[in-house]
Amino acid sequence: MQEFDYVPAKSIAEVVSLLSNDGDQSRILSGGTDLLVQLREGRRKVKLVIDIKNIPEVNELSYNSDDGLHLGAAVPCYRVCLDEVVNRVFPGLVDAISLIGGTQIQGRASVGGNLCNASPAADTIPALIVHQATCLIAGPAGTRQVPVENFCTAPGQTVLQKGEFLVSLLVPPPPPQFGAHYLRFIPRNEMDIAVAGAGASVVLAEDLMTISSARIALAAVAPTPLFVIEAGEYLAGRKVSPEVIEEAARIAQAAARPITDMRGTVAQRKQLSLVLTRRALQKAIERAKM
Amino acid sequence: MAKKVLVQACINSESVEFLCEPRQSLLEVLRETLGLTGTKEACNNGNCGACNVILDGVLVNSCLVLAVEAEGREITTIEGIATPAGLHPLQEEFLNHAALQCGVCTPGFIVSAKALLDQNPHPSEGEVRRWLAGNLCRCTGYDKIVRAVLAAADSADRPIRPDRPIRMDGKVNAEV
Repeated sequence: MQEFDYVPAKSIAEVVSLLSNDGDQSRILSGGTDLLVQLREGRRKVKLVIDIKNIPEVNELSYNSDDGLHLGAAVPCYRVCLDEVVNRVFPGLVDAISLIGGTQIQGRASVGGNLCNASPAADTIPALIVHQATCLIAGPAGTRQVPVENFCTAPGQTVLQKGEFLVSLLVPPPPPQFGAHYLRFIPRNEMDIAVAGAGASVVLAEDLMTISSARIALAAVAPTPLFVIEAGEYLAGRKVSPEVIEEAARIAQAAARPITDMRGTVAQRKQLSLVLTRRALQKAIERAKM
Repeated sequence: MAKKVLVQACINSESVEFLCEPRQSLLEVLRETLGLTGTKEACNNGNCGACNVILDGVLVNSCLVLAVEAEGREITTIEGIATPAGLHPLQEEFLNHAALQCGVCTPGFIVSAKALLDQNPHPSEGEVRRWLAGNLCRCTGYDKIVRAVLAAADSADRPIRPDRPIRMDGKVNAEV
């Protein structure tokens, strides 16, 4: 592997200071399941690796019904998937997080890392978007918050500026009659990268028949995870029916602008956008009624 | 060259100190610095599980851990699975079921299965298969491996077989 220096940072301020001095040549390490592969293959050049796993704030995993979920950027997937509260309150998030890698990867990989790696095919990002998650970013000017749907700007690129890094993700407490789901298509049962993926969330009115609001987001059909705001706008105020779900899925399909690559063709990904959105919505509505 | 770092860790219940460069993976240091060559390097990019070790109770790919990250941590490698009193039931059952061919994936499978049984002593077949999905065998031995793990789970409460004590060099006395 290429040579670099390593700092196990102890505080947010230390990370910001290191990044501010040497931002272009530093990289944050949490689980390392993307970073170490990129460094070994020479796809990324760095002089300094900053390990953030020893900082308390980035290891926080806590939920309360006022503030919602605090998910530290370095919390490994297995901790989220084993957490009883997260499983009960956010099954739609666990859908996506549990899909990432096998046991060995789950032990190291973090949701924050999945987001910062900014792959168009990242499974957790559409799930975070439909849960209205926000990124808490620390930098030289203090902290700022960015909605997850605005975080990725291009494949591998994010809104993080020099000196900034992701501290945690904040997921608001779900309102009553909320349901969410994420699913993806891969050609095998486990351990693969999405050909396409879809996340959906809905809030139903008290009658459990009318959709108060909804959010749809897609994976692997655009240069970044794709928030299809118009599909949610269409659903808001409508009664649940197969026709309404189908129309929302068609809106998501129309928004998808995939490419053909080794994992799938444009035509297949367009079709998957329709089918996966329909299924994600159906499951989200089912959960909202529970 | 980046400065070498002194790392203190507990490996297989022994306190160990080593010098490494920040760029070295835990796998590289285990094999090349510490001589613990039971942990295998195969894909070296996190796909195959041959380099699995248990790090503070969590199963990881040692090719995707920097050796410097091991500071103050507890690590179990394949060398720490058996005791001087005998083979671990997983190792016994891998032998009984002939659950290996070339053997390169075997240390990873055994360490991975050990991590499973530590937290779930009686897994279902489905749980075993899902847990081991990140361990690849290219000699096509999965079914025997799954049966061996299930058998080890059944026998975990049995005493260690006195007819198969192992020597400190890792060889089974009965086979020498």
